Amino acid sequence: MSSTTLIRTQGLTKVYQMGDFEVHALRGIDLSIEQGEFIAIMGASGSGKTTYMNLLGCLDRPTAGSYELDGIAVHEMSSEKLTKVRNEKIGYVFQSFYLLPRTTALENVELPLLYTRNMGHKERISQAMEALDVVGIKDRARHFPNQLSGGQQQRVAIARAIVNNPVFLLADEPTGNLDTRTSVEVMALFQKLHAQGMTVILVTHEHDISRYANRIITFRDGLIISDKPNPQPRNAAEDLKTMPELDLDR
Amino acid sequence: MSIIGIIKIALKSLARNKTRTFLTMLGVIIGVAAVITMLAIGEGAKKIVEDQINSMGTNVIMVSSNFMSQQSNVRQAQGSGNLLEVEDVEAVKDDIDGVLYASPILNTWGRLKYENQNWRGGVMGVDVDYFNIRNMTAEQGELFYPSDVENSSKVCVIGKTIADNLFGDVDPVGKIMRIRNIPFIVKGVLKAKGENVMGMDQDDIVLVPHTTALTRLIGHRWRFMTIIVSAESKERIQMVQQDILELLQNRHRGTTSESFVVNTQTDIADTASSVSNTMTILLASIAGISLLVGGIGIMNIMLVSVTERIKEIGIRMAVGAHKRDVLLQFVIEAVTISILGGLVGIFLGWAATSVVGKTMHWNVAITPFSILISVTFSCVIGIFFGWYPAKKAANLNLIDALRYE
Ligand SMILES: Nc1ncnc2c1ncn2[C@@H]1O[C@H](COP(=O)(O)OP(=O)(O)OP(=O)(O)O)[C@@H](O)[C@H]1O
Ligand SMILES: [Mg+2]
Repeated sequence: MSSTTLIRTQGLTKVYQMGDFEVHALRGIDLSIEQGEFIAIMGASGSGKTTYMNLLGCLDRPTAGSYELDGIAVHEMSSEKLTKVRNEKIGYVFQSFYLLPRTTALENVELPLLYTRNMGHKERISQAMEALDVVGIKDRARHFPNQLSGGQQQRVAIARAIVNNPVFLLADEPTGNLDTRTSVEVMALFQKLHAQGMTVILVTHEHDISRYANRIITFRDGLIISDKPNPQPRNAAEDLKTMPELDLDR
Repeated sequence: MSIIGIIKIALKSLARNKTRTFLTMLGVIIGVAAVITMLAIGEGAKKIVEDQINSMGTNVIMVSSNFMSQQSNVRQAQGSGNLLEVEDVEAVKDDIDGVLYASPILNTWGRLKYENQNWRGGVMGVDVDYFNIRNMTAEQGELFYPSDVENSSKVCVIGKTIADNLFGDVDPVGKIMRIRNIPFIVKGVLKAKGENVMGMDQDDIVLVPHTTALTRLIGHRWRFMTIIVSAESKERIQMVQQDILELLQNRHRGTTSESFVVNTQTDIADTASSVSNTMTILLASIAGISLLVGGIGIMNIMLVSVTERIKEIGIRMAVGAHKRDVLLQFVIEAVTISILGGLVGIFLGWAATSVVGKTMHWNVAITPFSILISVTFSCVIGIFFGWYPAKKAANLNLIDALRYE
């Protein structure tokens, strides 16, 4: 895999103003991420992981510092342009799924495509179905979120994240609301996407989960305190074979 | 993103949230339907009052004694006091310019009988002029003649209600009807007039020559006479009224202008129209309240769903929706609800109005004004409360919108 720099942040800082009180969520993060990496970000609660993910996802703006994505200075972009970047380059997976209620799995996955350049109805559906196929729940396309298990909902969310062929995936505690086996299943899915060339950045609290990544970064008090490669990541698909089949839905 | 695409998203979102869509629409529907119905009823009532005023006759002046004044307390010889007499009617007719017709009215009540059918009803003694003043014509048979008045003939003309109730299928013309057991020949049946301003049946009436009424039914001692006069034109009503008052004072010694009461059709019309205006205002207030209640309904539904909507906006914007896409979507949703609700409301208002019109035999009319005002108001509320949370959410920080609780 050729190593091109996908993400570079320098002195990235975020300060939240709470009345007279300032919260220094990030105190200057210098980090480069190559294309095709699988990164796990760890750290205690309140150490700034989510804040950093939000900045990487262009969901929020830094107080100071620079952020280059694909060689483009994202921190200087207008919000119009940022919207386009979010739509075309970034896929998000959130801890609490954030699916639209009363909306089928298929329609949820279609959502990013609705806001892309003109795309025909047929093409949109076939692309969304393809994404659902990748995450393995094509057969639940017509189900509503409340008819799906947590693991299935997270799969729908992942399908939505990958449907527009983004440059990288951001996942903030994607397994936080799932049981052990389902978590490993979701990790197997991320590993599969990674194997196909996708860059994946995920935040987790669990060491077991971080072991599936190729690089583990640890935050503390808004700073990176360790950044280590994980030369021998565990294989989630292999692990699943040794795990008891607890839930019968998949 | 294209406007067509956004419209599609908006319609899908409405279809998805059926309960919310329906409840919001209900607010618009109730508001619009209520305003249209209320204003239509108000308009209808006004029209009816106008028709009834016109059915009183043309340029009518009514004169009667004022029993609140002192003179009436004492029984007086003829030619004094304020008790009106048949001779006063003659004088009004002969001596005052601008009087077209004049007739005495002597009111009494009595049991009416035809064969074994009974009815109680009002009996009026009048001159033939009365028919002209009140635009009365015979539907069957004929009216009575001046000669009948001169001869105190025992003849009568009856209203439709009496014809129906007393005679049923029998043709009353030429039959003998008993009024207080005195036989009268029915000469004709009057053309129906319906109810008057006070809701009284104007067809429940028997007209007899005033001479006959006086001698056979009332007796001179108990007479209380009203004079009904028709002026030549609307403009002369005022003047004729003055002249009548003067003439009566001259003819009745010791009376003042206070001794007689003169009412003109204009007075009555004014009173009636002010009453019907009050009613319209009342109905409009009820309608306004319904509109307000509808508006509050819309507001509540929209505000309750704000949390969910803000989250939705957060999600949409995170995956690539522009602020204006989302705002437009919400406005289109609100406009759709308002327009559909408005149409249903107009239809419902029209239906309710027709039902009221049919059951009450009113000529109710939907005015364009009522449609305009109700639809405008509902749309403004609907759109504002559809747009406001969207605006609020779109201005939120994206992260805050996503996390909104
Ligand atoms: N919107 C905000 N306003 C003010 N302070 C905030 C805001 N969001 C986060 N913070 C603060 O910034 C710091 C970093 O928060 P962040 O959510 O990034 O932590 P985290 O590492 O994701 O924690 P966790 O593991 O609990 O999710 C915390 O002290 C938090 O209280
Ligand atoms: Mg977090």
